Amino acid sequence: METNGETKSQNAEHVLDHFHLFRQPQYLEMFERKKREFEDAACSDEVERIREWTKTKEYRDKNFAREAITINPAKACQPLGAIFAAVGFEGTLPFVHGSQGCVAYFRSHFSRHFKEPSGCVSSSMTEDAAVFGGLNNMIDGLANSYALYKPKMIAVSTTCMAEVIGDDLNAFIKNAREKGSVPQDFDVPFAHTPSFVGSHITGYDNMMKGILEYFWDGKAKTVPPLVREPNGTINLIVGFDGNVVGNIREIRRILDLMGVDYLIVSDNSDVWDTPADGTFRMYDGGTKLSEISDALHSKATISMQSFCTPKTLPYIGTKGQETVGLHYPIGVAATDRFLQEISRLSGKPIPEPLERERGRLVDAIADSSPHIHGKRFAVYADPDVALGITGFLLELGAEPAHVLATNADAAWEGKVRELLSSSPFGAGCQVYPGKDLWHLRSLLFTEPVDFVIGNTYAKYLERDTGTPLIRLGFPIFDRHHHHRYPVWGYQGGLNVLVWILDKIFDEMDHNTNVPAKSDYSFDIIR
Amino acid sequence: MSLTTPAAENCQEVSARNRELIEEVLKAYPEKTVKKRSKHLGVFEEGKPDCGVKSNIKSLPGVMTIRGCAYAGSKGVVWGPIKDMIHISHGPVGCGQYSWASRRNYYIGTTGVDTFVTMQFTTDFQERDIVFGGDKKLAKALDELQELFPLNKGITIQSECPIGLIGDDIEAVAKAKTKEFEGKTIVPVRCEGFRGVSQSLGHHIANDSIRDWVLDKTAGKEPEWVSTPYDVAIIGDYNIGGDAWSSRILLEEMGLRVVAQWSGDGTIKELERTPKVKLNILHCYRSMNYISRHMEEKFGIPWVEYNFFGPTKIEESLRKIASHFDDRIKEGAERVIAKYRPMADAVIAKFRPRLAGKKVMLFVGGLRPRHVIGAYEDLGMEVIGTGYEFGHNDDYQRTTHYVKDGTLIYDDVTGYEFEKFVEKLEPDLVGSGIKEKYVFQKMGVPFRQMHSWDYSGPYHGYDGFAIFARDMDMAINSPIWGLTKAPWKKG
Repeated sequence: METNGETKSQNAEHVLDHFHLFRQPQYLEMFERKKREFEDAACSDEVERIREWTKTKEYRDKNFAREAITINPAKACQPLGAIFAAVGFEGTLPFVHGSQGCVAYFRSHFSRHFKEPSGCVSSSMTEDAAVFGGLNNMIDGLANSYALYKPKMIAVSTTCMAEVIGDDLNAFIKNAREKGSVPQDFDVPFAHTPSFVGSHITGYDNMMKGILEYFWDGKAKTVPPLVREPNGTINLIVGFDGNVVGNIREIRRILDLMGVDYLIVSDNSDVWDTPADGTFRMYDGGTKLSEISDALHSKATISMQSFCTPKTLPYIGTKGQETVGLHYPIGVAATDRFLQEISRLSGKPIPEPLERERGRLVDAIADSSPHIHGKRFAVYADPDVALGITGFLLELGAEPAHVLATNADAAWEGKVRELLSSSPFGAGCQVYPGKDLWHLRSLLFTEPVDFVIGNTYAKYLERDTGTPLIRLGFPIFDRHHHHRYPVWGYQGGLNVLVWILDKIFDEMDHNTNVPAKSDYSFDIIR
Repeated sequence: MSLTTPAAENCQEVSARNRELIEEVLKAYPEKTVKKRSKHLGVFEEGKPDCGVKSNIKSLPGVMTIRGCAYAGSKGVVWGPIKDMIHISHGPVGCGQYSWASRRNYYIGTTGVDTFVTMQFTTDFQERDIVFGGDKKLAKALDELQELFPLNKGITIQSECPIGLIGDDIEAVAKAKTKEFEGKTIVPVRCEGFRGVSQSLGHHIANDSIRDWVLDKTAGKEPEWVSTPYDVAIIGDYNIGGDAWSSRILLEEMGLRVVAQWSGDGTIKELERTPKVKLNILHCYRSMNYISRHMEEKFGIPWVEYNFFGPTKIEESLRKIASHFDDRIKEGAERVIAKYRPMADAVIAKFRPRLAGKKVMLFVGGLRPRHVIGAYEDLGMEVIGTGYEFGHNDDYQRTTHYVKDGTLIYDDVTGYEFEKFVEKLEPDLVGSGIKEKYVFQKMGVPFRQMHSWDYSGPYHGYDGFAIFARDMDMAINSPIWGLTKAPWKKG
């Protein structure tokens, strides 16, 4: 592309796209003219003065005094999480009751992250439904989606519109069933997922609990509740997770190696990773509907992300199962705990191949941690993910300085503080529940760090503050295929280690590559 | 047009096959739905005043519509790209989050200081805001924005669904704060997502809010700038990947003075200046015909539609625009056409042999289902099916100038229909959006996003045409399509 640097205008042989076209002199002149003559822009001194001011402690304090406006939040709304949980079940069509624009957004959001189709329908409520309620939309909607998309199950959640007007899903679905929209015995679990409560992880929890309740407690009073007959299976609930494709496959590999009987409740690793072989699969893989019922009988349930399951896990507990809550196990100690819990619950030993994997991760950390030791990091993500990453950073000898989650509360803050206090490397780290990325921007100016770990939106932080970004979390729109790599387990830890190191080495090279000035440190061996 | 289109398939055969296909697809629907959907599917007949399909009607519940909502039309399209204003997504967090920086409205400015397009401002409604109302929170949010972003030139309040439902008075808040902030433009926009049947109503509502809260406010005031006989405004170009820039440069080269860009890379000052221009030149008719008509009625400014996709349409459009001016501009248009023709010819010479005869199916939003057809034809390609997400009947009337007899037309196509149509008609390329992209790629059909240009672009203007041609070539002729079927699965 650099060969285009000399080209002054567009040509067929070396097509200039936006990267180079708009740097050509004719465009630069045009931009300058537009700004000078028509924009009435603030003068550049004034822009510079304000820009510098936004870096100050004074600005930081004003920024943190905000009560009403949220700027660049790191969270989405409930229905997104409900869909995430729903598509993890075999042949399941997510159906969002409310206005249709939401579904267009959810589908786009997932497609941009996973680079995959994302099927979901809406009941397309408009003004008339706002006045009279959305019952007719539910009746027609279920009939249409059942006929067209031939699902094995339709999982219904709501939008803020349906919640504000108070539509009752249980009654509506019952009504639709009686009108013949779907067969009497067709499964339509549901969850109320108001967008003005919690975030996408709340929606995940509500839908997961909604589906389990529906199957276990008598399918909305249409059949008798199931009676638990305990067996030795271990359920796993993965939670809302940007790396779900890689992670689920990795834990399947680990559990198969251990010879454990397990069941992943909501397995969306296949539906968001379908092959390009000439066939479009709207549904692929997923937890079988019969397995949802079976899950009641399991010995125990492990949630890989407790903050994604604050209602689901206790509900499962009430059925007599043992429950274990983890926080997105990244790294050695967190994986150790995961495997030990599996081993304890299943009675199976941790096999030698996994022990060797563990040793290899420890070996890799030993090789590389000198490059990470003492480096300061800012981390933001969903609550469990932030905990997982922070734990691993402490293990690497890094010093987390800011840990932030927009969709977290005081309980999360307590958990993070507890984790930080377990290591001398955690001293001095601040924890920010409920804060957004504009808060983090201030922090990166007033209390700078060496690296920031976050999702795609952190590229604005990287640009504005110069803090190099390591991409982890959801959504990641501007890098491809990260979701196919696991971050859980020892192998996953290795991936995260490599991503962190790659950025550190890139920075090192970038900072030392000036000939005759800094290139004495431009080493070929690191 | 096309060099290699097989003549064997005549229009009647194509029409008959398309009609049969529609019948077949409709069979999957429940009876009640068949009647409704059948009105939106049709075959273009030469000589008819429109494409023979109903449009701008509520989508059916439970079908996978590609449409968005009024909020998307206002915040995502019309208002969002105004760069020196802050646009608040007023309500719960989701809408603002999903529409955050995803439309590639390129702009130049210092983000977070004097420009704000790629930021997400939201009042992040919680349950208590729904119960007690959000007006106080909104007022406080405006105060905070004023303090943290002193160089903002105005604020818009983009209402999400709950705002209208709980009866918040955002107009009163806007008025009070406008006064308090000494005349700052603060615009309440009633673009709640449940209004209307698609994003289309959001465009209209946003246009009306520009009329009421921006243009009317400055109308009658003495202009603080000197206008010229050659002043024009670009209306309805959102500068996706820089489209408005590769258009603007042509207008300037022909001697016009572009006073305002609506709304890609636009500023509030440009909006305010527009009532004094001599001609509004309108690219996306669907989203901004309203404000163009208003300016015609109220300020006597004529408007002209143009199409800057592909050299044929660019030439036509440059001449059409120039016809509103004197010889100086007409000569300017000819000069521009002559200047760029060799480059455009070279692009065609290079890419046409690789693309001629290839069949395309489109499904996009406002203007592209028709406007890009000429660009494909310049490359020897043929559009065999097209339709609008949120077009109205006047869009389908305008489409008759572009499509051939027998072309398959699908309004507000559902996911199911689109898949079946593509499966049966086997186009060489599908042009649609992100939600459709991966469906067709899995099927082994080359695809280009015709909303976001697949993060490439610009596609407008001569400079854009070269990129368009390259991108269609890279999509269709990618070696990957030869690998879709495993060798042991090939018959």
